[in-house]
Amino acid sequence: MADTARDAPPEQTDFHELEDGEELFPEPATTQESQPASLAAEDISTNSNGPKQDSLFDDDPEDLFAEATEEVSLDSPERDVLLSDGPSPAITPITPPTSVITPRIGHTHDDMFTHSSFDEIEEEEGGDSFDIHISVSDPEKVGDGMNAYMAYKVTTKTSMSLFKRSEFAVKRRFSDFLGLHSKLASKYLHIGYIVPPAPEKSIVGMTKVKVGKEDQSSNEFVEKRRSALERYLMRTVKHPILLKDPDVLQFLESSELPRAVSTQALSSAGLLRMVNKAADAVNKMTIKMNESDAWFEEKQQHFENLDVQLRKLHTSVESLVCHRKELSVNTAQFAKSAAMLGNSEDHTALSRALSQLAEVEEKIDQLHQDQANADFYLFSELLGDYVRLLTAVKGVFDHRMKTWQKWQDSQMLLQKKREAEAKLQFTNKPDKLQQAKDEIKEEIEELEGKVQQGERDFEQISKTIRKEVSRFEKERVKDFKTIIIKYLESLVQTQQQLIKYWEAFLPEAKAIS
Amino acid sequence: LSAPAPRAVNVDLQTDAMLQVDISDALSERDKVKFTVHTKSTLPNFKQNEFSVVRQHEEFIWLHDSFVENEEYAGYIIPPAPPRPDFDASREKLQKLGEGEGSMTKEEFTKMKQELEAEYLAIFKKTVAMHEVFLCRVAAHPVLRKDLNFHVFLEYNQDLSVRGKNKKEKLEDFFKNVVKSADGVLVAGVKDVDDFFEHEKTFLLEYHNRVKDASAKSDRMIRSHKNAADDINRIASSLYTLGTQDSTDLCKYEQMLSLDFTRSCLHKIEARIAADEDLKLADLLKYYLRESQAAKDLLYRRSRALVDYENANKALDKARAKNRDVLQAETSQQLCCHKFEKISESAKQELIDFKTRRVAAFRKNLVELAELELKHAKGNLQLLQGCLGILKGNT
Repeated sequence: MADTARDAPPEQTDFHELEDGEELFPEPATTQESQPASLAAEDISTNSNGPKQDSLFDDDPEDLFAEATEEVSLDSPERDVLLSDGPSPAITPITPPTSVITPRIGHTHDDMFTHSSFDEIEEEEGGDSFDIHISVSDPEKVGDGMNAYMAYKVTTKTSMSLFKRSEFAVKRRFSDFLGLHSKLASKYLHIGYIVPPAPEKSIVGMTKVKVGKEDQSSNEFVEKRRSALERYLMRTVKHPILLKDPDVLQFLESSELPRAVSTQALSSAGLLRMVNKAADAVNKMTIKMNESDAWFEEKQQHFENLDVQLRKLHTSVESLVCHRKELSVNTAQFAKSAAMLGNSEDHTALSRALSQLAEVEEKIDQLHQDQANADFYLFSELLGDYVRLLTAVKGVFDHRMKTWQKWQDSQMLLQKKREAEAKLQFTNKPDKLQQAKDEIKEEIEELEGKVQQGERDFEQISKTIRKEVSRFEKERVKDFKTIIIKYLESLVQTQQQLIKYWEAFLPEAKAIS
Repeated sequence: LSAPAPRAVNVDLQTDAMLQVDISDALSERDKVKFTVHTKSTLPNFKQNEFSVVRQHEEFIWLHDSFVENEEYAGYIIPPAPPRPDFDASREKLQKLGEGEGSMTKEEFTKMKQELEAEYLAIFKKTVAMHEVFLCRVAAHPVLRKDLNFHVFLEYNQDLSVRGKNKKEKLEDFFKNVVKSADGVLVAGVKDVDDFFEHEKTFLLEYHNRVKDASAKSDRMIRSHKNAADDINRIASSLYTLGTQDSTDLCKYEQMLSLDFTRSCLHKIEARIAADEDLKLADLLKYYLRESQAAKDLLYRRSRALVDYENANKALDKARAKNRDVLQAETSQQLCCHKFEKISESAKQELIDFKTRRVAAFRKNLVELAELELKHAKGNLQLLQGCLGILKGNT
């Protein structure tokens, strides 16, 4: 059942270079609704519940959702209303809300649809206060050999009415997380939302785990990953829009999740992504945007600086972690050496004192170890997260540029068509003339629509980005502050321990006669 | 760069009121350090009761070597020579800093420069202390303090014209050391009748090796600590830049303030610990590494004398048997016997004194180390808690 409002001709593709996989098929002939899983609706909408492997577009199901949002770009009355308030197109349905909203989404969605304004959505959240905590735990190896994988337990505790229950858990594997991210990215990135990036893949790390190496480094790897996954989920649900996304809800709640195949690095979808990324990079260089809004220029510069600073900081922290581990090793060695010295010392009291010293140093070595871990988990990982987040932020700015470009392209095309139309007036082929005139008129109308849409898209994304940036900055400041506080608290503990150890040692030293 | 002489000595000594020596001033020039050796004495052989001269490192070495080469002092532990002032590493770092000036912010540069200068100063103070300890040990020794060379060293206000050893002499020294160590191995094999010395030999050998190991490991530990401290310094600077660059107007001032606080807090914590551990533990171990070597040398000399004595005995027996050169052999044997006994007597006392000194030095330094660690840990704790208070209060 095609949405009749859509008569977008496929030729749109002509004007777009192969930028994102999503835009391969911008005007879908078939699908309609956007994401709300609500669409128990007849057709495709079911896709919101997972990648439809047998979808029209090979194994890149994300496309479906992309189109869905493209959909919104049509002149539907709802759209106009929504636009004026800057809604999140990802959530609002296109068709007049004959809503087939499945009960599982809860009444908040109803409210959202009727209010349909971003601002009001935020107010809405005020009522249902943000109270959700996700933990990732119990890594368990499933299977054997190269097909083995780690399954993690994802537990959600919440009082929000968005969810069916207040506490529930599911089992997920790493590729599920990647799949979630890729879906969210395809839905929201290009309209200006900063989608938190998923933790990075690590072929080496995973291979060790698969092969069954039960040693320190593979345990560390699993712990590192577990922690990263937890942070990823928390960051994702902290985003008011993403939290309500059906994919997110499904990820958290449903016990069975179709396997996200397209996240494999070497799949065709993966390769396609890589090609597109390269094309992207080239494009970025060629787009020269006339920035009319200084805010964006300023912000972009700000993020560039931030990126540099964060990377520098990250490097320093990694160096610190390394040196601390070294210090711990050296302290342990010194402790052994001091013990030996104590043994050979023939003055009894001094000998005992030296042995005590050795013990103190050994305990201090352990302290250094713990401190190194704190450095790492608190500081270093957070910085890594932010360096990756900034990439998403920059991506969002890039999308704005692309949106602008699209708009400009439409405008230029319109111009050309108008010129062509004008020229037509002076042709001497009367029989073909009327037909051609009609054709051109049609094309021009369509292009005018496109231009208007382009402008609206551009304004929309600009508006969204402003909001997102402000939210991002708030979160960043909060995050850093929290981490610094935690870090200082860990230092406080270290000092307290040190005091205990040296206070115990002092009398021993004094006892040397 | 000149610094007032540190009065703190690593080794606990009994200074005689009759002869007090210290380094009252020091000047660091391009590639040498000039020490001002200041003497206060009531000994009659000095022209004045108080006087000063300027000496360089080579002159200290000359004095030390003259003790070692003096047969009369064979029975004493010769105070180890002070190590050569080594600013190379520090200078290199300062140079690298200068080259890398363009790649860091002005703030970072000033900070690193201050740090390197502080490091330079610390090395400087240490070398002055080492030279002073050497002189004090000599002045405290009942026999060595009377040495003529020592008096010349203290009083003669001209340059002693002691040049450093040239290549040939250095080569000679090298061979002498090789012979000595080979000999030392042979001599060490000789079992001593005297239980005291046998015990001391075994003890010193093991002790020396373990002190060496402990000294090396403590150096490594301290280097790691310094590295970590450098990292913290860099992190603190970055955090500060991050805070000040922030264009959001979210409590910008407070943020800057708390970040600045955090930064200086973190920095102080790490830097302090590294410096103090260095002074107390590492220097102590290094000093006793040298002292135990000097004690070993004494034992070696004694063993050498014993071997000579035993050889002289054998020669005498042979001479008596052949009835040839008996007188010569007798004289030689008597000399060896006398030498050996003299060394043995003083060596015993020296080794007992060595133990007393060692125990006292370790006690003093370990107590001071523990007290310093406590002081800093408590200070850091206060600093951190204050910092946390500010950060949490500003939420």
